[in-house]
Amino acid sequence: MPDVAHTPVIGLEVHVQLLTRTKIFCGCVNRFNPDEPNTQTCPVCLGLPGALPVMNREAFRLSLITAAALECELARFTKWDRKQYYYPDLPKGYQISQYDLPFSEHGALEVTTESGESRRIRIRRVHLEEDAGKNLHDESGRGADSRVDLNRAGTPLLEIVTEPDVRSAAEAKSFLDELHLLLTYLCVSDCNMQEGSLRCDANVNLHLSTGAGDAIATPIVEVKNLNSFRGVEAAVEFEIARQLKEFHETGRKLGDPGVEKETRGWDAQRNVTFAQRGKEEASDYRYFPDPDLAPVTLTDEEIESIRAGLRELPAARRSRYRNDLGLSEYDADVIVRQGERFADYFEETSGICGDAKQAANWVTQDVLREINDRGVEIGDLPVSSQALGALIGRIVDGTITVKSGRELFGLMLDESERNDEHSPDTIDRLIEERGLRIVNDSGALESAIAAAIAASPRAVEDFQAGKQQAIGPLIGKVMRDVKGADAKAVRTLLIEKLKEA
Amino acid sequence: MAEQLSTDDVRKVAHLARLKLSDQDVERFTGQLADILRYVEQLKEVDTDAVEPLVHAVELTNVLRDDVPRASLPRDAALSNAPAADGAYFLVPPILENA
Repeated sequence: MPDVAHTPVIGLEVHVQLLTRTKIFCGCVNRFNPDEPNTQTCPVCLGLPGALPVMNREAFRLSLITAAALECELARFTKWDRKQYYYPDLPKGYQISQYDLPFSEHGALEVTTESGESRRIRIRRVHLEEDAGKNLHDESGRGADSRVDLNRAGTPLLEIVTEPDVRSAAEAKSFLDELHLLLTYLCVSDCNMQEGSLRCDANVNLHLSTGAGDAIATPIVEVKNLNSFRGVEAAVEFEIARQLKEFHETGRKLGDPGVEKETRGWDAQRNVTFAQRGKEEASDYRYFPDPDLAPVTLTDEEIESIRAGLRELPAARRSRYRNDLGLSEYDADVIVRQGERFADYFEETSGICGDAKQAANWVTQDVLREINDRGVEIGDLPVSSQALGALIGRIVDGTITVKSGRELFGLMLDESERNDEHSPDTIDRLIEERGLRIVNDSGALESAIAAAIAASPRAVEDFQAGKQQAIGPLIGKVMRDVKGADAKAVRTLLIEKLKEA
Repeated sequence: MAEQLSTDDVRKVAHLARLKLSDQDVERFTGQLADILRYVEQLKEVDTDAVEPLVHAVELTNVLRDDVPRASLPRDAALSNAPAADGAYFLVPPILENA
């Protein structure tokens, strides 16, 4: 077989559990609670005869916000449909989902790939549906009954479907990272992947070209139930290699008789995808409008107010940090990626000290290291943005050195473990107490320098004989004598004196 | 619905609904279902050229509830109608995942 160029063509389906207090169609609490199975159910989510679902206003509102943030068009009329299939975790025998009139379509999410290239991944649709319960299978191999927990049944679930615009495994991961960040900023989901709040399926195939102007593609494979972003990346990577190999071996391609879309699972232990049962019967869902639920309409005014009410999104923050605050792309990204509260902390710090670049250095280095070391959130850091802003302000206005600033930062971290409060006044008090104020008093410096020179004739000789490093101990002595002296200034003055001598 | 309903159609629908039908049942239901479909087909005689397609049978819109929790059923009540349960979970015959 001749050499073929291949382009991966990847579409993603992401399921996101919404952060509501109650389930989508009933008043049972929406809470991850696997330790107390079947304690959060009622006739509606158990699918008992005669029970009627009623749409949760908040679930629909969170859905609209998310779709608007994804630049989707919001439908003026939407309805819910029954997707019918039998599975033990689906008590009604159908899932309430949306088929031909989803509440939103045609959006996009801008993603920056690892190589720094900006890519626009189109969103085909976003629709609102209910989650199923959870089946627990007997792992012993003895064929015992499967157990079913319906606490999750009826959790509001957003399905976000992209166009097949993703071109690599790394790009899939970038998309998911950015989507995750967006959802977190919007506060529509906790996005806890361990608890299954965010799950992903990936549709993967390869467009092949032998250079003869032909357009052929490998059969489409849907990889199901990927529950980590690394898993998505690894599964897509694996599929690209597997499909290429299979094509070389069999020549099977999309459109050949008998070639259908295949569903594969992901084995995270062995890092491989594996074939699952054929989809041909499962895909016959016989959708029809759910007569138990009323359609929902939106007016132009309502749509406008949803868009107007959107809070600032990660992408907008990044560009504001770059364009208005003069941060590097890298710093802006690091700050925004830490989440909205961290970014707010940075902005407050920056506002108080009046130097965004300095503030960015401090939060991306000292602050970030500290919260990572402590394993805490920014809100739990003992040093408030006010205190840090005041501290950096004293560096910016030349009162203290950066080194003294670090010392102060450490002090405040320790002190506040004794629950001390930090106000800008505390900073000034600490500076005075520790004698960290940069000494511009040339008299004090000059006498300390004179004393250092007098005390170390050997070092003076060495320096004058051309040994540059001999000045180190002299600087050290002056710094010890005059706390808060600026090492650079001391060095300059010392060299002057030594040259005179 | 010009094409004739076949016994295969009935077997497929029965399978999707997880109904076990005997060959005799299939024969009988094929006839009955075909009768029903023929009956409904009469609707095609109505001229609907100037009528907007109906997307939903309910004329109400925007029936929503506030996001306020209500008491769930006690677990034993939730499990009480199940053919099999172990006091905490519903039990179903083994599901062969990924088989």
